[in-house]
Amino acid sequence: MADLILTPNLDNADDFYAGLLAAHDGLDKSASDALNARLVLVLANHIGDSDVLNQAVEAAALRET
Amino acid sequence: MNKIFEVPLYAYERSPDQDAAIAIRHKVIVVGAGPVGLVTAIDLAQQGVPVVVLDDNDKVSFGSRAICFSQRTLDIADRLGAGSPMVDKGVQWNVGKVYFDNRQVYEFNLQPDTGYANPAFINLQQYYFENALVDRVRQLQASGAPIEIRGRNKVEAIGTHDTHVVLEVETPEGPYNVEAEWLIACDGASSPTRRMLGLDFDGRVFEDNFLIADVVMEADFPTERWFWFDPPFNRGQSALLHKQPDNVWRIDLQLGWDIDKEREKRPENVIPRLKAMLGEDVDFDLEWVSIYTFQCRRMERFRYGRVLFAGDSAHQVSPFGAMGANTGIQDADNLCWKLKLVLDGKAPEILLDSYSRERVQAADENIAKSSRSTDFITPKSQMSRLLRDAVLDLSEHFEFARPLVNSGRLSTPCTYQGSSLSSADALNGPDITRPGSACPDAPLGNEFLLPKLAGKFTLLTIDADAPEWIEEDGVEATRLALTVKDDLTLELKRRYLGDAAGAVYLIRPDQHVAARRDSYEENAFRQAIRRATGKE
Repeated sequence: MADLILTPNLDNADDFYAGLLAAHDGLDKSASDALNARLVLVLANHIGDSDVLNQAVEAAALRET
Repeated sequence: MNKIFEVPLYAYERSPDQDAAIAIRHKVIVVGAGPVGLVTAIDLAQQGVPVVVLDDNDKVSFGSRAICFSQRTLDIADRLGAGSPMVDKGVQWNVGKVYFDNRQVYEFNLQPDTGYANPAFINLQQYYFENALVDRVRQLQASGAPIEIRGRNKVEAIGTHDTHVVLEVETPEGPYNVEAEWLIACDGASSPTRRMLGLDFDGRVFEDNFLIADVVMEADFPTERWFWFDPPFNRGQSALLHKQPDNVWRIDLQLGWDIDKEREKRPENVIPRLKAMLGEDVDFDLEWVSIYTFQCRRMERFRYGRVLFAGDSAHQVSPFGAMGANTGIQDADNLCWKLKLVLDGKAPEILLDSYSRERVQAADENIAKSSRSTDFITPKSQMSRLLRDAVLDLSEHFEFARPLVNSGRLSTPCTYQGSSLSSADALNGPDITRPGSACPDAPLGNEFLLPKLAGKFTLLTIDADAPEWIEEDGVEATRLALTVKDDLTLELKRRYLGDAAGAVYLIRPDQHVAARRDSYEENAFRQAIRRATGKE
């Protein structure tokens, strides 16, 4: 089973975070929520592996697996 | 001109049973002459089992109702000698369009998968489907088969006993009593049989209403399936447009739960809705309008002593995915060969409990699929709607999101995973033909595989040896010897061998795989036959 990476793995954490905030600039709450929902789906498809995705859902729910 | 569903096809006629001093006992009585009841009766009659069908009506289904029939259903109809008129009359479509809000988000073209005798599905009004089955009943009768349909025979009371059931039947000429060794209730979602026996029908409730309208349009609409999420003409709800034969179009408009059904059904309310959808300038005639309510539920078991339930009487799902009639026909397919063996004394009665187990498994699969479709079509929370809309928005731009769009998953045959009738897999072969699977078709030159597997136990050998015939405790299996060279397209190899050099399959009369091995081993296959007939 593939393992979800839960140690630092971003090429450039600060740049990513700034980019994520920038994507939300000027959006109202519902547009921001929609953007986040689309982002989750885009990332999920990139990962693809259902074991990893299940672990990611657990991690996001702040549950230990 | 009269519609086919306005003409009595099995008008009431007095039966000698009505004048018998003592109630006549039949082998099998089927209640309900819908698609499932007719298929059940034909299947039994073809195997020489005398069968009487009682129906409270005398016509085929009023209005179109079920309109989408799957490949598995057509394969079964072929086995019953009724498939080709259905395929000839039915409409096949390949292009589907998905709309969200006021725009088309994508279009798909279902490239037909090759190497099957039948299409993946056809659209056909239920009355044509039933009509083809009634024609087949008449053919069987002409050749002397023991099959009878009694119109306007309404079952009013049922008495159950260990060895038979007693029915009180109302007719235009008064009531009579009749008995059956076995009763098969195919009397629909509101099954009077189920109610008279006081049996449960529970499940997760999805309360929703659909306005179903069949319109006749001369307009040059393409033969496509159009599905709308949240369109301007039906805000917050869904809509579906689907082609049927004779320029009839099925329109499904989701209405939600809190509506006034009688009001919504009136033409003065229906027509403006349809005009908003089709365009003001499109001419159409309303052929049939109904409001459909569904729940996702099933009976706890499909066998209660001598009474067996099949089709909607046993399970009910949403209309999305065309799982109702198709699943019911597979119930009949599963049940009839088992009942035949039990009636002939070649299998124990407990074989019929496997009917219940296997078809409960199929019903649960459908309920799960249907629940997921319903959750997508009708989001139950703010977040569920947000994610649903995100999928639809992404599907307009990116292919990856399109498999997530769920406007109904088409009926597919259930693989009886873990069935007590299946033997452990002993072939390193393809997953789609593991024990429990419905055999996929494969081309054999100008012919196809499935018709050669019909209605009996078969030892299918592909580049492997086996005796031409074996009998185990009264149950026979006959060999069908093939080689991969019989199919130059290599679908037979892909579907049945994979990387294996050869294989021997034991196939049940309903074309499901009971066992498979890389070579013939007598004890293993004798044991497999025993297992498949409820003896181990």
